[in-house]
Amino acid sequence: MLTRAITFAFILVAASLAPALAQERSIVVASTTSTEDSGLFKHLLPLFKVKSGIEVRVIAQGTGQALDTGRRGDADVVLVHAKPQEEKFVADGFGVRRFEVMYNDFVLVGPRSDPAGVKGGKDIVAALKAIAAIASPFVSRGDKSGTHAAELALWKQAGLSPAADKPGWYREIGQGMGAALNTAAAMGAYTLSDRGTWISFKNKADLVIATEGDKRLFNQYGIILVSPERHKTVKAELGQAFIDWVISPEGQAAIRDFKIDGQQLFFPNAGTGS
Amino acid sequence: MLDRARDVRTGDSAAGAAAPGAERLLWLRDVRVERGGTRLLDGVSLEIGPGRPTVVVGPNGAGKTTLLKLGMGLLQPSAGQFVRTPGMRASYVFQKPVMLRRSAAANVAFARNAAGLGAGPDAIERLLALVGLAHLGARPARRLSGGEQQRLAIARALAREPALLFLDEPTASLDPAATKMIEDIVASIALRGVKVVMATHDLGQARRLAGDVILLAGGRVAEHAGGESFFAAPASEAARAFLRGDLVL
Amino acid sequence: MEASGALGLVLGVDPALLSIVRLSLVVSASATLLAALLGFPLGALVALSRFPGRSLVIVVLNGLMGLPPVLAGLAIYMLLSRSGPLGSLGILFTPRAMVVAQALLVLPIIAALARQVVEDLWSEYRDELTALEAGPLLRMTTLLWDARFSLLTMLLAGFGRAAAEVGAVMMVGGNIDGFTRVMTTSIALETSKGNLELAIGLGIVLLAVIVLVNALAWSIGRWAGQHAG
Repeated sequence: MLTRAITFAFILVAASLAPALAQERSIVVASTTSTEDSGLFKHLLPLFKVKSGIEVRVIAQGTGQALDTGRRGDADVVLVHAKPQEEKFVADGFGVRRFEVMYNDFVLVGPRSDPAGVKGGKDIVAALKAIAAIASPFVSRGDKSGTHAAELALWKQAGLSPAADKPGWYREIGQGMGAALNTAAAMGAYTLSDRGTWISFKNKADLVIATEGDKRLFNQYGIILVSPERHKTVKAELGQAFIDWVISPEGQAAIRDFKIDGQQLFFPNAGTGS
Repeated sequence: MLDRARDVRTGDSAAGAAAPGAERLLWLRDVRVERGGTRLLDGVSLEIGPGRPTVVVGPNGAGKTTLLKLGMGLLQPSAGQFVRTPGMRASYVFQKPVMLRRSAAANVAFARNAAGLGAGPDAIERLLALVGLAHLGARPARRLSGGEQQRLAIARALAREPALLFLDEPTASLDPAATKMIEDIVASIALRGVKVVMATHDLGQARRLAGDVILLAGGRVAEHAGGESFFAAPASEAARAFLRGDLVL
Repeated sequence: MEASGALGLVLGVDPALLSIVRLSLVVSASATLLAALLGFPLGALVALSRFPGRSLVIVVLNGLMGLPPVLAGLAIYMLLSRSGPLGSLGILFTPRAMVVAQALLVLPIIAALARQVVEDLWSEYRDELTALEAGPLLRMTTLLWDARFSLLTMLLAGFGRAAAEVGAVMMVGGNIDGFTRVMTTSIALETSKGNLELAIGLGIVLLAVIVLVNALAWSIGRWAGQHAG
């Protein structure tokens, strides 16, 4: 009985460690949690798999972490939404070339009671100033993500720097979008969220959209192949195939077709410059 | 762990002294065994030869167990010389034998395997039958009674096909029926040519089984004589006191 | 009520959920077995040998039982990263890496506890095994075999630890949808997305698995007590 048990154990260990056959035609894409959470990949990747036979495995992290993963060569492609950081990534030699893919937008959400009086507005900078003026609680992701970077840029445009000054009403949680929304709902605070996560977020409680539609809230996505010169192990051919598909008319149409509750989340804009 | 013994251990011939001849199995000269500052044996000189069982008697703490363990090689002397005839396999049955957590038969098989002997079912059954445990082979050894465990320990010891068998008070905690069974086993083993060296508290047992008797007291040999003469006409005062029941340490 | 809504979701037996549960069990079971293959002999060896620094080794082994999972994950990540020494193995972000990371986590538990059990058993068996002239290898295998029920309980404890952790598998597995997502990382993900009902449902399943494992350990202990003495 014991020998049989041990044999079974060996088989189990060996089986779990045996190379997966799908390994050969697969790539790792480092992207952001908000993109993954929106469900875009669940929609997109099966279409690509059918077309190319390539399995795409998405690691969802914050933008900063995703780019770091690319720098280490642990991903073949990065797809994030922080243009300055992406350009630096390419300039430093970690990425081959940046392509624009799509954009989505951010929304400012806040409590229905709207203490800052910004509901229904179209001016994000004015809204942020109002929030700071009355010291209304504001939740920041504080995690080097694309959303976080966008938020900081908007504060800068408003002439404020709560991240540096750290006033009591500015709450940095160092976590993802869902956690930020949960915290904002619990605290009755304002926060900046990408529309996709907001629409699918199930725990809205008392939160509503306070400000939207400002051009400054648009969020551009870029896709970059990790440089095979930096890391020999990068699957350059397969990775490039994915990029080519995503920016092709077919890929762009797939992006446009992705809807939640009948709303389109991402607006394809490849080929409009890089 | 122990101080360097002067010469030996089993098998080396003692320098500057006569090596044991065919008549001697165990040979001690001025052996001292010290542990943690206590002298368990002191100035012990003995010869133990083949033939009928040698029974070691003496009050508690006299050094019986120490002497047996020395003979088996479980202890080294702190001083003096000790030689055991080379090439003799010995077995040891502890006062409180420990059973392996497996069946009785598996315990015997283990002993055979450890000694490099075949552990086929026939050999095992034969050994179990020898000690009257043939019907209990499959029982978990730790669920045997005290007497059964003692007998199993003997079977285990015999499984090694020893030429020399040490038994440390094998019937100390057994009832008369179990005691008789074990004494019969010991007697039959001895008849089959295995040299038995046995420690006991039971004077009647000593009288029944002994070819020769060693009386230990306070770590020293008080007397070493043939069985009959020891009990009928003890030579030393210590022996006489012991047989009267007056010797405590 | 949230919990019953959660259970309903879960009992609908979504195939994606099934594969997540299956992956969790396979990864943690494999990791535990791997840790046992290394940890049992290691523990027995330390129990039976005497060497300078032995006490230090024992203290370190015991201390490593409390290794934070996220730290184990980080260590394995650095090893397996393509920029790291073992990057050419290419197993980062695959279940294999998760098995390795969890094995690292469970190994000290098994080795430290095995050492304790073997050492205790050795003190009981020492005289007999010496008198029976059992060589070093036979001693080790005898002690491990005779301690088998304690060791099995240890295995189950190790499994419980592996199945319950999230830090290590998150880091080296990447929580990839349909590939390296397990119960704990799913719970973390759904919580962060605000899907609390689903997260609780998954938590109930996870808890059920762990309770089942513990019940198994307990009943084995009882059976052992009754049958092998």
